[in-house]
Amino acid sequence: MSDSLSIQNLHASVDGNEILKGLSLEIPKGEVHAIMGPNGSGKSTLSKVLAGHEDYEVTEGTALMDGEDLLALEIDERSRAGFFLAFQYPHEIPGVSNANFLRAALQARLPKGEEIDAVGFYKEMYEKMDALSMDRKFTGRFVNDGFSGGEKKRNEILQMMMLEPKYAVLDETDSGLDIDALKIVAEGVNRMRSPERGFLVITHYQRLLDYIVPDVVHVMFDGQIVKTGDKSLALELEEKGYDWVTEELAVSA
Amino acid sequence: MSTPDSATLEAVNIDQDAGNFSYAEDYAHDAGYGLTEDTIDYISNVKGEAEWIREFRKKALKTFHDKPMPTNWASKDLENIIFQDIRYYLSKGQTPTRSWDEVPDDVKETFERLGIPEKERKFLAGVEAQFDSEAAYSNVKEELEKQGVIFVNSTEGLREHPELFRKWFGKVIPTGDNKFSALNSAVFSGGSFIYVPPGVKVAHPLQAYFRINAENFGQFERTLIIVDEGAEVTYMEGCTAPKFETATLHSAVVELVAMKDAKIQYITVQNWSNNVFNLVTKRGMAHENAEIRWIDCNIGSRLTMKYPGVIMKGRKARGEVISIALANDGQHQDTGAKMIHAADETTSNIVAKSISVGEGRSTYRGQVHIPKHLKGCKNNTECDALLINSNSRTDTYPAITVRGNQHATQHEASVSQVSEDQIFYMKQRGLSEGEAMSLSVNGFVNDLVREFPMEYSVELKRLIDMEMEGSVG
Ligand SMILES: Nc1ncnc2c1ncn2[C@@H]1O[C@H](COP(=O)(O)OP(=O)(O)OP(=O)(O)O)[C@@H](O)[C@H]1O
Ligand SMILES: [Mg+2]
Repeated sequence: MSDSLSIQNLHASVDGNEILKGLSLEIPKGEVHAIMGPNGSGKSTLSKVLAGHEDYEVTEGTALMDGEDLLALEIDERSRAGFFLAFQYPHEIPGVSNANFLRAALQARLPKGEEIDAVGFYKEMYEKMDALSMDRKFTGRFVNDGFSGGEKKRNEILQMMMLEPKYAVLDETDSGLDIDALKIVAEGVNRMRSPERGFLVITHYQRLLDYIVPDVVHVMFDGQIVKTGDKSLALELEEKGYDWVTEELAVSA
Repeated sequence: MSTPDSATLEAVNIDQDAGNFSYAEDYAHDAGYGLTEDTIDYISNVKGEAEWIREFRKKALKTFHDKPMPTNWASKDLENIIFQDIRYYLSKGQTPTRSWDEVPDDVKETFERLGIPEKERKFLAGVEAQFDSEAAYSNVKEELEKQGVIFVNSTEGLREHPELFRKWFGKVIPTGDNKFSALNSAVFSGGSFIYVPPGVKVAHPLQAYFRINAENFGQFERTLIIVDEGAEVTYMEGCTAPKFETATLHSAVVELVAMKDAKIQYITVQNWSNNVFNLVTKRGMAHENAEIRWIDCNIGSRLTMKYPGVIMKGRKARGEVISIALANDGQHQDTGAKMIHAADETTSNIVAKSISVGEGRSTYRGQVHIPKHLKGCKNNTECDALLINSNSRTDTYPAITVRGNQHATQHEASVSQVSEDQIFYMKQRGLSEGEAMSLSVNGFVNDLVREFPMEYSVELKRLIDMEMEGSVG
């Protein structure tokens, strides 16, 4: 229980519309879970609620990260406590270079008065960029500004690799990636898999799960997890479509 | 020359109508509060000034009285300046001091965080009337003297170099340019007088070494810089520490003269406390192939009105204004530039960036004037505004009067927002709200900050960080 990202009966709404309707999910450290679900079922909403986006109001339920009440923390505190979200639509930050942004994010994790070691920082960043086959010129470019869809996604993974979170939610990181990029990004994620880290991978495509093989697959529908299984569930979904799940639900109701 | 339209007139002059102000009559001779001819006499006597200066001041006083407040185009807040409640001259002995204990904690903390040296803090906080920078930097002074550079305060300049001073004094900015230049001409005190002889390129920026200098913090300082043929100088004014002020009206006049092939760079970083009206007239005259650059950074104050200008009088003269203005809650930065092309093949460049935070308000006023009879003039104007949260306001009043078709002008303006989602994204990576905002703001002004000398750009960055942190919550 305490070594996991544990979500219990989570209800959240935006402008009075309930979108998460009693969602429960537990990702133990060291595991990779995948969520699949139709458009609009609330997958991105879940990721943003966990990150603390202020548009969403949590009306019920809990989210604990290694036993710590995630929902009680500010957005930036959640990040520094080890929660990372790779955005479905990463934002642009005009005027701020990628390197400066990463540096500021790492600096924010140091105790007051301590300065980041610039040489070490660049060395590490270059290493990780190489692993993601990212050109060095991206360090000087403004964060996501004018990046192609795939470049943005790769940049999200670079940030994750630099910040080394305890739990990472990847929201459709695969969409927009060409097949080579998909392999590279998946490799990056796999390199980060460790007994000390948990992942929640949101995707529409079984293909990604060929490269990032999940321990558990969940199906989300209308703000709830309606089915959970192993990686074969993803294959089954791809084959039969979501109707299969909804029909099953209707039968069991 | 063609007649400028009314917008141009407004941009050039701070209005023409007559106004009337009444002043209490019972002021004693100590130049206490209020402004009468007696005040002028008092100032002139204390300074032991020549008769022509006394007359100059008195004429200016009349002009000041005759000119109305420019509230027909500028902020109505100007009406809240109570002229009879202002002290127009405080000789050093009279400068009010307070004890260190009376200095508010947030001011002390600011000094701390900006790393202002201990000795300078007391002066800035108004605890000590003077800071003796002369002794500390006497070696720099010696070097300048060897090159024949004159660098003194304006009182000394008037006394020791009247022939040079008088030739240019009030020529670039006539007394009647606007109500506040008239006020300054009446009661000016402090500021610098600089003369650089032909061909001398001053290696170090002046004033960087003298940045804490009581005279230069005057309310009504008057600066005159003359750079002779082929000579070069960089002057730096102000410092990033907010001066803890009792005086609420600051009205400076700065005149620059760049002779043939000369170069002047004038850099200002000012951070005023929230109660200050900062109404400044700055203009330079560039002769043939000369270059004048104003680099101006305005932070704080209740209302700042400042439009540095360059009159390009000689062929191939160049003028540039680079400005950054940051308006936080309760502040209004009304800034811009004036470029008066008065010779062929003159070139001007304006890059203005403003940041409005919370209820802060930024206004850009630009005037570019290229008359019809000239050939081959160029202007580039770029003004960008950044809004942080929806209450911020920004207005742009560019007035580009370009006559004739033998010129190249380019004008670009943009307004952008730091969106909530951008801040969310940055916070998700672990930055606090203040850090996220200051990174965004620093990103916005980054290309201009590079124009500042290293030492200043570091201070500027820190200052923006603090302003942004302070604006959160
Ligand atoms: N800020 C918002 N305001 C209004 N409605 C919202 C908001 N955010 C989400 N919604 C609605 O909530 C529902 C769930 O959206 P969400 O983005 O979480 O879906 P998703 O499962 O990620 O879909 P997709 O697969 O298309 O990315 C949608 O109907 C969406 O329109
Ligand atoms: Mg989504």
